[in-house]
Parts: sequence; structure tokens; C-alpha cells
Amino acid sequence: MTTYSITGAATPLNFPIYLDNQSTTATDPQVLEQMLPFFIAKPGNPHSDGHKFGKEAMDAVEVARNQVANIIGADPREIIFTSGATESNNLALKGLADFYGSKRNQIITTQTEHKCVLETCKRLEASGYEILFLPVQKSGLLATETLDSAISDDTLVVSVMAAHNEIGVVQKLDQIGALCKKWGAFFHTDAAQAVGKIPLDVKAMNIDLMSISGHKIYGPKGIGALYIRRRPRVRIKPQIDGGGQERGMRSGTLSTPLCVGLGEACGLALEALQSEPARLLALRNRLCRGIMSAIPDTLVHGDLQLRLPGNLNISFPGINSDQIMSATPDIAFSSGSACTSNSIEPSYVIESLGCTEQEARGAIRFGLGRFTTVDEIDYSIDRITNIVSSLRAE
Amino acid sequence: MAKILKQNHYLDYNASAPLRPSVVKAMNNAMSLVGNPSSVHKHGREIRKSLSAARTVISNAVGAGSSKVVFTSGGTESNNLALHGCKTSTTLVSDIEHDSVMVAAKNAIRIPVNSRGIIDLVKLEAILSQQATPALVSVMLANNETGVIQPLREVSSIAHKYHSVVHCDGVQALGKLELNMDLLNVDLLSLSPHKAGGPKGIGALIISDGLDLEPQLVGGGQEFSLRAGTENFVSVTGFAAACAEVRNNSQEMERILNMRHQLENKLKQAVPNVQIHGSQSPRLINTTCVRMQGLAAETQVIAMDLAGVSVSAGSACSSGKVATSHVLKAMGLSSKVANQTIRMSIGWATTKADIEHAARTWIALQEKAQPTEFLQEQPAE
Repeated sequence: MTTYSITGAATPLNFPIYLDNQSTTATDPQVLEQMLPFFIAKPGNPHSDGHKFGKEAMDAVEVARNQVANIIGADPREIIFTSGATESNNLALKGLADFYGSKRNQIITTQTEHKCVLETCKRLEASGYEILFLPVQKSGLLATETLDSAISDDTLVVSVMAAHNEIGVVQKLDQIGALCKKWGAFFHTDAAQAVGKIPLDVKAMNIDLMSISGHKIYGPKGIGALYIRRRPRVRIKPQIDGGGQERGMRSGTLSTPLCVGLGEACGLALEALQSEPARLLALRNRLCRGIMSAIPDTLVHGDLQLRLPGNLNISFPGINSDQIMSATPDIAFSSGSACTSNSIEPSYVIESLGCTEQEARGAIRFGLGRFTTVDEIDYSIDRITNIVSSLRAE
Repeated sequence: MAKILKQNHYLDYNASAPLRPSVVKAMNNAMSLVGNPSSVHKHGREIRKSLSAARTVISNAVGAGSSKVVFTSGGTESNNLALHGCKTSTTLVSDIEHDSVMVAAKNAIRIPVNSRGIIDLVKLEAILSQQATPALVSVMLANNETGVIQPLREVSSIAHKYHSVVHCDGVQALGKLELNMDLLNVDLLSLSPHKAGGPKGIGALIISDGLDLEPQLVGGGQEFSLRAGTENFVSVTGFAAACAEVRNNSQEMERILNMRHQLENKLKQAVPNVQIHGSQSPRLINTTCVRMQGLAAETQVIAMDLAGVSVSAGSACSSGKVATSHVLKAMGLSSKVANQTIRMSIGWATTKADIEHAARTWIALQEKAQPTEFLQEQPAE
């Protein structure tokens, strides 16, 4: 395990500085090292278990499945590999709806979910489901009372993101889980941003389905997982049909190196949970205080306590995010989430927090990560505050 | 790798092929890039640029012209997207399609094949002429078990006469024949590089210009809003590198074809009337689907594995299950014959030594199987 020092050696900075770890993370060299043999020396198809190559590939996939299960307190038989969290979210919600049909006709989610949950819900709405898009509080948190008054014995599933991709807010999963249990509704959580960053326990939190992503946790892109509870059993209808891999729930040849990469990323993240959150929190606080002390009217979006330690989302009244971004090509951060950042619409998430469109247009997101150093933070504080001051002076 | 392949003779390329060195190199370079292709900043832009370059390489390699290359997680997802995304009311599929087509189009009308494994075009036209509305016709270019190549141009021209849409599963064909989407005149083409020396976990559906397809994975609007999810650009880069290499590989194809000749000649010398399914038809250069009389396929696979030769019984996805091949049955072969059939498939890294060892092992095994009655008849169905 590499140790990361908060003081950091006085190494020269690499530009642009990467502060966009909620968008995607660099693959950890240790993850890559585990993946590489499966690209070259061990080329088997994990489903060809008749011969040595196939068997060694499948063994590696099963080790990875264990590592994924381990970080969320699940059984390996509860883990299905997918192509990423978008597929996992699609599979969880459409899979439940298609399997349980019209036994329950309502799906509850929030207005600030990731696009792939919102779009999936809209698709289900068009096919006859009633979807409740619940508002969140100014802090970004879903109020338990809001859910309590919406949920009923007609609720099939409640889908709430564990940690938010734009504002980093961490929902009270145990309370949501308890309410779902009380009403007999399934609880799905999109944990793409949360796994490995905060402790998660599917049993204690009463989570029935959980979506997991590789590339948000220093693993490779193109791989994800869906946790599906076994006891009591949660059933889904598969969305990709074919050879019947992944116990019939998701067909397609598994990519051994990608599965190994996700497993190793989970293994490393579990170790890192000991000390990394505190290190990131210190860096985040340094960034936040550094900017706030120079620009006191900075707006912080989302709760600062219940939040991913590496996330900061702020805006400077009167300044658009694209003004800051185009003035700082030496720092990589983002406005809104990556998927929609090609469009120049204001963030629907920030607007859902009760901010004005102008404030939403100003929001910028910093995502600090495993490889972020204190020198990079100090440099960024300097650059951002200078840019904002000079933009305001214009 | 050469060392490993020397000790273990890998003849299961149709299940998955080892990565080509050029692919490894390209992916290694891509791994040094960080960023999300949808991000606005420099990291994101660089990756977006390499994604779009890869799209062009792949499109050129398969003659896709102005069609859209939409990246997916693999051939299975591509086939599902094509079959579920097309809004036609009727679907026709051949009797020998891959499971990912068969299961995705459960209620499809089936088009039979003849004993040589080739689709019945007369039947296809007869079915299409009875349809009240345009249909979706899905026919694979080359079969994964027998390697038999289908007359896709003819399929397309018949289907288009009835204003139907043609989907072609080209997964096994990539890199093993001259693949040109425009010449085949198909509307949808599924590809996956891992059978051609590219990575697993990536594929594409190529969609001809103007064809309306409903996305199946919805979300952030990536891939022209046809397939949501952060693009796996490392694998995409490997995909493109594999395509670049197989584009002008007539030498490699000739070498593979020669080795397959050697393999089959050796088997024929030992057993003059050996049954090689589909050998009367145009066939992929690398595939030998062969029956060993008197010995169950599962037993053959295990025995060959012990002798260091990796082959398979039927297709890889279902190789955990013991089901009779629907492909061989569709060609009119009995369950008994089908259940004594294995597939040997070779590729870019196969050597003469692999061929010789595999042939020796197979011949020794069949000699033992024949006279000494360690016959393992499959139970009747």
C-alpha cells in the first residue's frame, strides 16, 4: 500500500492539475499492475471453463467478485459485473419493474439523481409507472419526512444516490433503508461516487440493490457492478440477453482484466478507508478556507458535514463557471457533471437546491483524489482567487 | 506470451483471442491519459479527440462510410441494442444465430439453414413477402461454431425489397475476412474486437445514417444519445488498434488459412471420412468444427486440456452447460453427432507447433476412442 503524505515533497507540479476526480479518476498503478497479466499472458475467455486458460480467467473473476462484495459487506454471489454504473442503474430499475410488473406501481427517486437514473425513471413513467421525483433540501439532503409522506405500499422501489456526483452530499442511507423496509419497498442506491470513499454496509443500511463503478474509484472505465440482495431474495429481469453469463442476469463475455481491475480497486479502497478520508478532508478544508478567506461571498453548495471528503462545489456571485474555466487551463475541474458538461445548461442539481439560474451557472466542482497533493491545492487557491478578483475588477 | 503458448496450445480463438502486441501498446499509451471524455477541460478534450480518432479507424476498417459507430460493452450488448432498439413489429432471425440474438429476439420468426449451414434465401423471401409491415432481419456474417459465412449481400437485397431493416452480427467475422459494411449493404452491424486480438469489454454497433434506433441504456447522453455511460476509452483505443491491424492483413489471413489446411489434412489422413461441419461452404479461415466418432465432446475437451491443448465444445458462453449445439442441429445433424463435435479455432499467434501438437493429440485420442470401446454415448434427449 502506498502511503500518501499530506505535507507532500516539494516536487514540481504537473499541469494541468487534475481536480476532477468526481468525473473520473486515474487508474491506480497497483490496479493496473494486477490487470496487465490478464491482457497478455492469460488471454482466456472466463466462460470457457473446459480448459486451463478459461479456468484461470474465471478464478481471477471470482477473486475480484469477492473483493467487490467485501467492500460493501455483501456475499460474492450477490455481485453481478456490468459495463459500468449507468448500466447498473438501468438494470436495477428496469429489471425490478419488468420482473415485478404491476404488483406495485410507484417508483420514488429524487430530483437530483444522476441523469441515468432520471432518464431510466422517465422511460418507466412512459410505460405506465408513477414516478415521484422528490425535492431535496437546500443542503442537498433528502428529508426523511419527505420520503415518509411519499412512500406507500404501492412503492416498488426507492432509488436514492448514496453520495452525490456534483455536490458530494451523502444521504442518510440507514434511515432511507429503514423506511423502505417498513413499507416493503426495495431500496436501490447509486453508490458510484460513494464506494471506497465512505463506509458502506448493505446489511446495516438495508440496501437491496447497489450500483458500483470502477472508474470513480481508481479502477478502469467500462466496468461496474450491481449488488442484488439474496436474502430475502430480490429478483430482476435481465436487460441484456444472450449466453446467460452472470447467473443469467447479464449476458456477455466478461472482460477479465476489467473485472480484476474493479476488484483490486475495491481492495485498495477498503485499505485506504483507514486514513484517506481524513487526508482528503484536510485538503478540502484547506481549499475551502483558502478560497473563502480571499473571497468571503463564495457560495458553497450542499451540506459540508454529510459530504464526500474530496468534494467541493462553489460559486462566486456574478461570475459564470465558464469564465473561470476558460481562464484556468492549468487546472482541470468542472461545472456540473461530466456527462452533461458538453451542454452549457446550468446544473439542474444546483437549481434543485433552490439556487437561482445565475447561481447554478456559476457553480464549479472540485474533486480531490488519491493523487492530489497539498502543493496542488495551494496553487489552485492562488489561481482561483486571483482569477475571480480580476474578473470582478473588469 | 510466446512461451506460454508453447507450453499450452491455445486453439480457442473464437472464444477469445490473445491481445495483439500493437493493441497492448496502444492501450498502454491510452492508460497514461486521465480524464472523462465528456469533460470540458484539457484532459477531457484530449480523450474526446482520441475517441473520435478511434471511431474513424474502426469505421474505415469495416467500410462503414457515413454510418455512426456507437460504442457498447461488447457484441452481446450490441446485438441486444439492435434487436430491442429497432421498433419493427416483426423480427426474423436465422436458426444459427448466437445466443445473444436468439434470446434477445425470443419471439422472432426463424429462417432455416441447409445442411451446409447456409441460410435459406427462398424461405426468407417467402416469409418477408407475407409481412404486412417492414420487419427486422438479423443474420450473422460468420457462424461462431462452424465458421460458415452467410450470403449477407443477398440477404440485404431481399430484405430491402420489402423495406425491412437488416442487422448483421459481425463479431466472429472481424479480422477473418474482408469486412465491408457498405458492400454488404446492412443497416446495423455488431462488432467486438476480442475475437480478433482486441480487448474484451468493448464493442460497437454501427448504425447506418438515418436509421432510427431507441437507446436501451439511458443516462448522460453519451454516444449520440444512443448509449449512455462513460466511454471506456482505453478499451476503445485497443479496439481501434486491432481494427487498424486487421485492415490490411491478407498475409496473416493466408498464413492462418494454410495452418488450418495443415490441421485438417492431418485429421483427414488419420481418419479419411472425418466429419468437418460446414467444410462444403464458404468458411472462416480459422475454424474447424470436427466430429470425433465415439467420444463425447466434453470428454474430448478435458482430454485435450490435459494434453495442453485448449479447444471447446460449442460456443464459450454456453460451455458451462451441457446442451446440444443449436447450430449443428439446425444443419440437420443428430444430437449424437453434435455431441461428439468440438471446435478448434486458431489465430494471429498460432504456430506450426500448436497445429502439430493439437493434431497429434486429437489423433491419439480418437485412436484410443475407437477400438477400445471407451465409448461415451450421450444419453438420448
